[in-house]
This record gives sequence, structure tokens and C-alpha cells, in this order.
Amino acid sequence: MKLNLKIWRQKNKDSKGKVHDYELDGVEEDMSFLEMLDFLNNKLLNEGQEPVAFDHDCREGICGSCSLFINGVAHGPERGTTTCQLHMRKFKDGETVYVEPFRAKAFPVIKDLIVDRSSFDRIQQAGAYISVNTSGNTQDANTIPIPKHNADEAFNAATCIGCGACVASCKNSSAMLFTSAKVSQFSLLPQGQVERESRVLNMVNQMDLEGFGACTNTGACEAQCPKGISVKNIARMNREYLLASVKK
Amino acid sequence: MDNGLKMFSINELAEFLNVSKKTIRRHIASGKIESTKVGGVHRISMNSINSFLNINKDIAQVDANINKELLRKALTNDAHKKNLFPFESRVPEGKMEDKWNNHKRKINLVSPANKRLIDVIVVGTGLAGASASATLAELGYNVKSFCFQDSSRRAHSIAAQGGINAAKNYQGDGDSVYRLFYDTVKGGDYRSREANVHRLAEVSTNIIDQCVAQGVPFARDYGGLLDNRSFGGVLVSRTFYAKGQTGQQLLLGAYSAMNRQVNRGKIKMYARHEMLELVIVGGKARGIIARNLITGKLERHSAHAVVIASGGYGNVFFLSTNAMGSNVTAAWKIHKKGAYFANPCFTQIHPTCIPVSGENQSKLTLMSESLRNDGRIWVPKKKEDVKKILEKKLKPTDIDESDRDYYLERRYPAFGNLVPRDVASRAAKERCDAGYGVNKTGEAVYLDFQSAILRYGKEQAYSKGLDVKNNSLVEKLGKEIIKQKYGNLFEMYEKITDENPYETPMMIYPAVHYTMGGVWVDYNLMTTVPGCYAIGEANFSDHGANRLGASALMQGLADGYFVLPYTIGDYLSSDIRTGKISIDTKEFEIAEKEALRKLSFFIDNKGSKPVDYFHKKLGRIMWDKCGMSRNKLELKDAILEIKKLKKDFYKNVFVPGELYDYNEELAKAGRVADFIELGELFARDALEREESCGGHFREEHQTKEGEALRDDENFNFVSAWEFKGSESNPMLHKEKLIFDSVELKSRSYK
Ligand SMILES: Cc1cc2nc3c(=O)[nH]c(=O)nc-3n(C[C@H](O)[C@H](O)[C@H](O)COP(=O)(O)OP(=O)(O)OC[C@H]3O[C@@H](n4cnc5c(N)ncnc54)[C@H](O)[C@@H]3O)c2cc1C
Ligand code: FES
Repeated sequence: MKLNLKIWRQKNKDSKGKVHDYELDGVEEDMSFLEMLDFLNNKLLNEGQEPVAFDHDCREGICGSCSLFINGVAHGPERGTTTCQLHMRKFKDGETVYVEPFRAKAFPVIKDLIVDRSSFDRIQQAGAYISVNTSGNTQDANTIPIPKHNADEAFNAATCIGCGACVASCKNSSAMLFTSAKVSQFSLLPQGQVERESRVLNMVNQMDLEGFGACTNTGACEAQCPKGISVKNIARMNREYLLASVKK
Repeated sequence: MDNGLKMFSINELAEFLNVSKKTIRRHIASGKIESTKVGGVHRISMNSINSFLNINKDIAQVDANINKELLRKALTNDAHKKNLFPFESRVPEGKMEDKWNNHKRKINLVSPANKRLIDVIVVGTGLAGASASATLAELGYNVKSFCFQDSSRRAHSIAAQGGINAAKNYQGDGDSVYRLFYDTVKGGDYRSREANVHRLAEVSTNIIDQCVAQGVPFARDYGGLLDNRSFGGVLVSRTFYAKGQTGQQLLLGAYSAMNRQVNRGKIKMYARHEMLELVIVGGKARGIIARNLITGKLERHSAHAVVIASGGYGNVFFLSTNAMGSNVTAAWKIHKKGAYFANPCFTQIHPTCIPVSGENQSKLTLMSESLRNDGRIWVPKKKEDVKKILEKKLKPTDIDESDRDYYLERRYPAFGNLVPRDVASRAAKERCDAGYGVNKTGEAVYLDFQSAILRYGKEQAYSKGLDVKNNSLVEKLGKEIIKQKYGNLFEMYEKITDENPYETPMMIYPAVHYTMGGVWVDYNLMTTVPGCYAIGEANFSDHGANRLGASALMQGLADGYFVLPYTIGDYLSSDIRTGKISIDTKEFEIAEKEALRKLSFFIDNKGSKPVDYFHKKLGRIMWDKCGMSRNKLELKDAILEIKKLKKDFYKNVFVPGELYDYNEELAKAGRVADFIELGELFARDALEREESCGGHFREEHQTKEGEALRDDENFNFVSAWEFKGSESNPMLHKEKLIFDSVELKSRSYK
């Protein structure tokens, strides 16, 4: 099939970018969206031009490297799917497809479709851990049974891949879903109790410092999260935060 | 005359240096000698000749230093006098079960106050690198960690699906440290170092304790205790898991441990950085040259020791289940600086991957081995059924039980669908080569969940007091259980293939997945370059010729949490008075120039073909001639073809853009250059190993039934290759393997 691609090109963080038009023929249904971009890049390279830069690594929907705003939707039209897992059979012959980077103040563009998401790492560094050293004589893993339901809920929250779709989809560029997923995981586990309060305070504080916006409960983040992370986590984090602030 | 201005022709220069014209041309082509073209004729300035001679001299000096150190080691070693392996494996004395504890007791320690004076570089933030970085920092060392992704959390380990082994025996099914040790040695077809494997089995239990303490949400049963599943090649349930995302959960655990240390200022994280050279000072690894992938700038980083945790090199095949960026560069660069490379041809081809669908495919997707717990593998018994399936006149579900060939259950009744990976992969290839492949390429077999769906459905109906004879109800209940266990894998399959695996069997075929070979290390995980260590998939040590499922995660975390942080102290204890390592030295300058020269070459090259063109070609050669089965003729051919490809690559590769800028093509070019060199060594290693063992199947060496035929008399060794310069052949050293605790037997899963 043939596509009219409208792709954001930007040399570096200081330059101004703009949308470029590419006509691409010979796209196959079995290609993933990123393979379609590979295909375009191969064509550009054969013409001696610079390829379109985009982030990617695992191409299995798990590393969280890939991003892209496709026709105005983070990770494109298929729900619960990362861009690397999106296949061209979801598009029509002759369709016009807009491809842009994830946009947010806290995600500056590095080049073309690549953005800087290191703000996410800094939120995690502020408190997303349990302070336990590797000693080799930690207590046996089965000493504390954890109710299956809590373990499963903690797991569900922990499946966040840190791609940033929640931020890109939110009109306020809020990072609440991302931050709350981690806060929830630890608050649901017995191991996470000791640092429960300092964790939520520090992480939320860092989130604000990075310039992410406030949450106004639009739910866009959950709708466009490729891993279906639930907004229940945000409610849980709000509770945790309130409790911790009161106790402070 | 001003020497700086005199220009030489190729003829004059050849005469002046007393070498052939060809040599000069080659150096010009490779960028070692800079030349300007005047009227289409090469002109070389005295300055560029000087810098060429100088660089070479400096490099020769550094090489001489390395060699001196190697020689010193070799001479202090009795083995050398007997003309054996020139390096000690440093396996401690004593009974197998006491070795590690004795060793830990005797190892030199660095006091907490002194650790603060010592810097360690860790290249890689996968399970091995992240766990090592975190633990080293906890102990008090100053750690600098590097990864090429935009965050350490995205390392390739994140994609591991199925699980991690540990000898906890929570299921009470007779598991023990010894059994895990034995299974791993046997699974590896008796080509691993016994003492390393035993240590791995010993620390495996600590890993689970550690991860749970960090908040890793493993799967649990209704009693709240940890659940287990089975993996191939074993008869117990010892695999811990977090649905199909075990690697993700373990890596995020290690990432959180790293974050804690970043927050304390003990780890400095360099994401989007790629190591391009190792720096050796006075015979010891003292730093690296890394390229900042955003600005393109080269940076010098010094440390008292360098740990390579850069993962495996499966992408030498182009198509593999590895992440797109996984590469051999870090391992290859240290190899070229003196680290031996062990068993490069030992590759794991995983039996259950989604088959190749088209020309533009960029990678292959694994369907976790855990699926073989419940999935049954088959092809039709009759060729006419195969034909009808291809013509879409028949669906797999239409084929009668009696017309299906469950070939693994038929050939290996004891282990059935859970035979080790190498065995399962070869059996699939055998059926497909015989014409029973079930997709248009002829390279696919079925993985069928129908029996499991019915079995689980009946169990559920029974325990809920519902009608066991109601087929649609039973199926519905069964599918729910399958969904709970493998939901995300089924979803992934459907996204890629557009087929619903709850309704029709999956189609699968073997694909490159893991590399058992890697940098040679001693018992302390140190390479043959003093102060340079290799951990995780990057080293060769624990899996022999075939890795068992769920053992890579175990090894990565064992190396990083429980082994390296202690064994490295033995070496660093002599460094407490060294002080900071300066980066303003000749050695750093030369290494930086080397890296720069290679990068500039690609930017300046006037080729026309993109990097991927060459990578795909290399992959084709590797898959066709060094893949699931190998023979002498084709391996020799592969070596020649790779040599040709190398020439073509340097002549015709096109890299757009600029050096000091974000430039993915440039990064890829460097990686493919190293893959090409590794590919040649790989083929050479496969050629030399005149036996079949594990993943290495030589057609000349098989039993009548087509099973692998090992040759313990002549090949019971680790092949450790020494780099001898790009103009000469590498040298093979053999580390003899000694089996004290396990009897050398032929492997049988029948
Ligand atoms: C799809 C899939 C599923 C798997 N499932 C399982 C499983 O269920 N159980 C199991 O035990 N094993 C599994 N494995 C194998 C296992 O995941 C890997 O062997 C293991 O994760 C490797 O970990 P590592 O830390 O050695 O390297 P990696 O995780 O590969 O990390 C390499 C790191 O090195 C960095 N790096 C590389 N080169 C450079 C450089 N030049 N400069 C700077 N940084 C560099 C990368 O950025 C990365 O951080 C699976 C593998 C695949 C492909
Ligand atoms: S590339 Fe890893 S999630 Fe898409």
C-alpha cells in the first residue's frame, strides 16, 4: 500500500522543527509501524539523505523506548499497543499519517522524533526503591506470605514500561499515572511499608520540580497507556500522599 | 624543504617506507593514512605520514605493555611450562561444595574507607550490569555505569519473559543445589566449567530472597507463597516468574537498587553513551572511551577496574530475538586489547519463535519456553494434509489426532515437549526440512494449546461443581486459565500474526536467541586483561554449549549481586594507594584517536549502501552456514564470504550526517564492523570444533538417529581465542575442562 507520511523533522533541541511530507509506496500489511519507518529510512539512505531519527530497541512492547504520536494519538490507533507492536494492517491504502514526537515541557525534543525522558528516571531516583542491601543473608523469600490479590495488583502496577504516553496524552502533561504506578506497587507490598511515606512525598516533589502538570482527572492517560495501567493508582497515590503529608 | 609541505605519491611512499603499494592503498582505504586527491591521484603529506607512524608506534607500545603483563602471568604459571592454557582459571581447591565459601573466606578485602578511593566502570545496565553497579555502590565503591539506551531501565534484559531458576525446592519435588548444578552441566552438554556452575546453583537461592526484599512482584499462589513453573531439560519445578514479564520485573528491581545509589551519589549514570575503546595503562584496564550519543562527542572515563556487562551477540545473525541495539562492540573491543574470546560458535537457537514473515522484517519475537509447559508441538503426519493447509483447504484444527505427529513426544518420551532448546530446535528443523513445515516458507510447526485448555477446563468445572461434559463451558473455563498464565504472550502473538491462538494453534519456528560464547573469564570473572571483568551474557562461563531456560537471568543476577562485587576486591585490594587515574595521559589520547579515526572513516567514506544492507548480508551467511547445523565445507565458505563482505563494507558503506551529532547510522556502522569481525571468528571456531555438542551441531558428527555426537577425548575444552592483529589469524588456546563431581555421559532425554 501507499502512504502519505507527514513526519516531524528537527535537527536538534535548539533548532526549529517542521513537518516534512514523504510519499511511501510498497508498504506491506505485515510490517510493524517501525518497520515501515525502517523502510522509509532505507529509501532515504539510498537517496543519500539523512534518515528519520526515532527511539526503539526491544520492538516487543516492553522496553518503553518507542514513542511517537501517530495521527494525534500516543502509540497510534490500536488500544493497548506500543508503536513497535502496531502493524500496518491497521492503516488503509492512500491514508495520510502524521508522525510526531511525544510533546511535553518535561520531554524536550533531542532530534526528529526523539525526546529526552530522563525526567522519569529522576522521579524514580527520588524514592522508587526499597532500601535493602545485597548481603546474601536476606530473609527467606517465603517468610512473609503476600495475599495473591495484593501481589497481582502490585504486579499490574509494576508493568508500566515508562514510555511517557500518559504524559504525552494528558492536556496538562501530568506524570501522575507513571509516578503513581510505582508508588502503588510498593505500597501494596509488605516490603514497601517502612519507607512508604517518604517515598510518596519525595517522588511527588520531584515530579513537580521536573515541570510536569497537575492531574485534572481526564483519564486520557489510562485510555492511551499501552499497558493498561489503571487510574486507580492515581487515587491510591493521592491517598498515600495525603496521609503522608498529615503525618509529616 | 619544509617537510610538512612535501607531498608523496603512493609509489614514493611505498619506497620510502619499504612496503608494497598495496599496503599503502589499504591504509588509505581504512583511513589510517590520510590522503588528499589532486587531479584524481593520491597525495600524502609528511604530517599525515608522521601521525600514522606515531600512532602505530604508540599502539605498538601499548600492545607491548599488555603483552608484558600477559607474559608475566604466563611465566608465573606452572601450567605454561607444561605448554597448557596460559591463564589460570583460579578455581579454588577443595570439595566442590566448599570451593566458593573457602574462596570468599580467603579473598583479599578492601576496607570501607578505602573503597571510597576506588572507581569502577560498569558498561551495561542489564540484569548483570545493574545488579553489579548497585551492589558495588552499596559496598562503597564509586561507580560509573553506561548504557546506550535513553535509560538504564530499557536494557535488553527487560524483554526476558519466562522466568528465573533457583534451587529453593519450595515445591518439595526433590530439587537441590546439586540437582540444579547437575542439570545445568548436563544441559550445557558438558562444556562448562564445573566450579562456576556449582557456585551459580549455590547463590541462586539468595537471588530470590534479594528480589523479594526489593519488592519484585513474583507470581504467588492462593496461600500467598511463591509459585513455580517448569522449564525445558529438567524434571522439577524451580522457575520463579512474574507472568510473561519476569525480566522486566527483575530488571526494574535492579534498576530501583541502582536508583537508590544514584540518589546517594554513589552511582553516576551515563545513559545514551556507547563505549568504543578500552584504555589500558601499565598493563591494566584503567578506563574507557565512550561516545555521547546525543552530542556525538568522545569522552574519556577512568577507573581502577572496568566491568563489561554488555550482553550477548546474537544480532550477528541480523534477525534474532535480541533487542535491535544489542551488539558485540564492547566485548569485541576488549578482545582486540587482549581479552580472549571463548567458544564464539556456541549459540542458542530457541525453538519457539514467531516465524519470519517477510523481507522487511527487522527482528524476531520469542514465544516464551514456558508455553511448552502446556503447548504440544506437532506437524501433520501426511504430506497431503500439509499441502491442503498451505492451499487453505484445511485448517489445523480439522486434522484428526491420529494424523498428527507430536514429534517431540514421539522421539523423547521422557521429556516430551520439555526437551532442552537445542534438541527441540533441531527436531523442528528436521521435520521442516523433510517437507512438513506448515506455512508458506515451509519453516513453521504448530504449538497447540487445545489439550491444555480442555484439561484445565475440566479441572475448573469439576472444582466448581459444574457440568464437566458441557464442552463449550469447559473450553471457556480452560481458556480463562490459559489467559491468566500466558495472557500477554497470546496477545503479543495475535498482534504480530493477526491470528487468535486461543482458537487456532500458534505457528512457531526456531530463531537465534542467546549466545553461550563470550569473553573468557577466570573464576573471579576477570578476563585475560588485568582489571577488566566480564559478567552476564557477555562472558562465556556457565552454560557450556547450551543454556537451559530461565538460567540466563539467574546467571546475570548471580554475577552482579553475589559474585563480582566480592571477587573484584581481590584485585582492587592492591589499588588502594593508586589514587585517581588521570585521563590526561598518552594512553587515553591514543585510545581516543583510535575511536575518532574509525568514526571519521565512516563519515568520510564515499559509499552508497546503507549499513543494514551489510548487516543483513552477514546475517544470511551466518544463518545459512553457521546456523542450526554446520559442516566443514560451508564453514570454510562462510569464512571466505565474510572476508569478502568486509572488503565490500569498508568500500561501499554509506553513513550520512555528522560525527558530532545524534547519528544512529554511525553507531550502527561501528557495531556492524565489529559483528563482521566476530562473524569470522565464529565460523573459524565452529570449523575447529570437530564434534557436535549442545547448540553446536556438526553434520559430520551425529549418531544414526541424528543425535549430537560429542567427542570428549579430543574436544573437552573451552576454545579461547587470542586476537593477533587484523592481518593475522587468531590463536586458539584450550582450557581443559575437568569434571570431578559429574560423570561425563552422553546426554539423553529419551
Ligand atoms: C526475548 C527474550 C526472552 C528471554 N527470556 C529469558 C527468560 O525467561 N529467562 C532467562 O533466564 N533468560 C531469558 N533470556 C535471556 C536473558 O534475557 C539475557 O541473557 C540476559 O537478560 C542478558 O543480560 P545482561 O545483563 O548480560 O545483558 P543485557 O540485558 O543485554 O544488557 C546489556 C547492556 O549493555 C549495554 N551496552 C551494550 N553495549 C554497550 C556499549 N558498547 N556501551 C555502553 N553500553 C553498552 C546496553 O545498553 C545494556 O544496558 C531471554 C532473552 C530474550 C532475547
Ligand atoms: S521498542 Fe521497546 S517498547 Fe517499543
